[in-house]
Amino acid sequence: MATVTQSRDIGFLKEQARIVRIEILKMLTQSGSGHTGGSLSAADIVTALYFYKLRHKPEDPKWRERDRFLLSKGHAAPLLYTALALTGYFDKSLLSTLRKTGSPLQGHPSSKMLQGVEVSTGSLGQGLSIANGMALGLRLDKSPSRVYCLLGDGEIQEGQVWEAAMTAGHYMLDNICAIVDLNSLQIDGRCEDVMKIDPVAEKWKAFNWHIFEIDGHNMEEIVNTLDEAEKIKGKPSVILAKTVKGKGVSIFEGKVEYHGLAPTKEELEIALKELGENGK
Amino acid sequence: MGSREEQKTQSTDFAGQAVATRDAYGTALAELGKRNEKVVVLDADLSGSTKTAKFAKAFPDRFFNMGISEQDMIGTAGGLSLTGTIPFASTFAIFETGRAWEQIRQTLCYSHLNVKLVATHSGITVGEDGASHQALEDVALMRVLPQMVVIVPSDGFETKQVIDTVAEYEGPVYVRLGRAKVPAVMPADYKFQIGKAYKFNIGRDVNIIANGIMVSAALQARELLSKEGIDAGVINMSTIKPLDTEILLEAAKSSKLIVTAEEHSIIGGLGGAVSEFLSENHPIPIKRIGTQDTFGGSGKPDELLKLYGLTAEDIVKTVTEFMRK
Repeated sequence: MATVTQSRDIGFLKEQARIVRIEILKMLTQSGSGHTGGSLSAADIVTALYFYKLRHKPEDPKWRERDRFLLSKGHAAPLLYTALALTGYFDKSLLSTLRKTGSPLQGHPSSKMLQGVEVSTGSLGQGLSIANGMALGLRLDKSPSRVYCLLGDGEIQEGQVWEAAMTAGHYMLDNICAIVDLNSLQIDGRCEDVMKIDPVAEKWKAFNWHIFEIDGHNMEEIVNTLDEAEKIKGKPSVILAKTVKGKGVSIFEGKVEYHGLAPTKEELEIALKELGENGK
Repeated sequence: MGSREEQKTQSTDFAGQAVATRDAYGTALAELGKRNEKVVVLDADLSGSTKTAKFAKAFPDRFFNMGISEQDMIGTAGGLSLTGTIPFASTFAIFETGRAWEQIRQTLCYSHLNVKLVATHSGITVGEDGASHQALEDVALMRVLPQMVVIVPSDGFETKQVIDTVAEYEGPVYVRLGRAKVPAVMPADYKFQIGKAYKFNIGRDVNIIANGIMVSAALQARELLSKEGIDAGVINMSTIKPLDTEILLEAAKSSKLIVTAEEHSIIGGLGGAVSEFLSENHPIPIKRIGTQDTFGGSGKPDELLKLYGLTAEDIVKTVTEFMRK
């Protein structure tokens, strides 16, 4: 498999994000179940990571000096699988096996079944602690590698997230960058109705993190912020990315019911048209 | 820094010594830290009690106090293991296995991470702190998890060997230790192996399968029973998972009764594991000594052992009542 093509070119990254969205929707439709909204909301961020920021070698997934990416919001598995497939960790044809019996593409990521998945996730709230452990281990090793951890906004209702936030602040883990996908929705409704998480920035600040607040769909801002975060020393960084659940397809945008629903064939057709897939 | 020889003479293997298993752990861990730079240790604000403080003092860079946050400790240990270190994560047994059970399941077992959970303050011999701090369910909680190895050492000598052994084993392990001083029971030539029980002897009338502090009680019971003309055997089943089924079959086939003895609920622990296996493979009467589906309480360890029916006399009574029938 080819080595990943990485670039900082915004046009290139936007185009990759478009392709990522198309693949996510195709695989979800084929599987008939899975999480559409949260995969699309974080698509631009994860594209920027895999196609630009992460130092990684898809042909050597356990490369010691790689940066680590942890999908703490494990239900966005279709997004992770697409990023892994399109950067060459495994053949794209595997994407059509999502959620099928015996497939390495489990409903939530399993590190024992799929190369490129750093650790199994799916039960919310656990990823940041694991990311901290990696960051501590890398620091002991004097490794320059960085750890990226993507969380959902509903997910930060879990108490363990704040235990982990305290740990990263206490140990001044500047080799870690958390990203919160603030799409404002969770499975039962709007976060502010289910369990208010605001003010989010003040919380992370209070736990001794450096805060970046960005538009999670503005590729230029994403890329610039990922670069800036690397320069922050002596404390961990968190990127609070304002996003739209279901972003990129009008019929899914901001619709809570697509948190855990896959598109129908008809919906896929509409989506592909909007994403300019030309009926491929 | 002493020479290798000096370090060896300073070290102790606890053979023949009455010592709390947590003390043996603290010493064994600090020595392991000297030999193996990959070993890192995490604790949740109880390092003075779990005895990981000894390691912390010797290797401050490889010790991480996580504060009072067990769930985060488990995840952090998992992450550390993914960078090639060998994390030992310690706190009291109830907080380690109960508070952080789902983290252990999802993060450690499902991903088969190389983390050693070494919990102290198991059972009622915690004593005065009472029920909130006495884990009587931890073995059941850990035993049900796929990938998990579960070990309950009987004395300081065995504990030291267990710690050295699990550091070499790749995968999640739960080691259950105690607070109170326990007598030495294992012979000087004993070599611990994961999944291998130790047979003191096989009895013709009854075989007592014990672990942890109850091995000592079982050995005393054996003496008392022999005075009554009952031939009892004793087996130290220090690894509950994987269970040494070969020895179990031998014990069951040789005697009329199997007694299990553990400082844990009779539900789901050693008694559960032995009953599950024998009922399917060699049905035989089984009596389980342990706490009877109840919480513990405050008091002196010795008094609590009597109150909860965990003494040699309780084993003897169970056996003689069965034999009289």
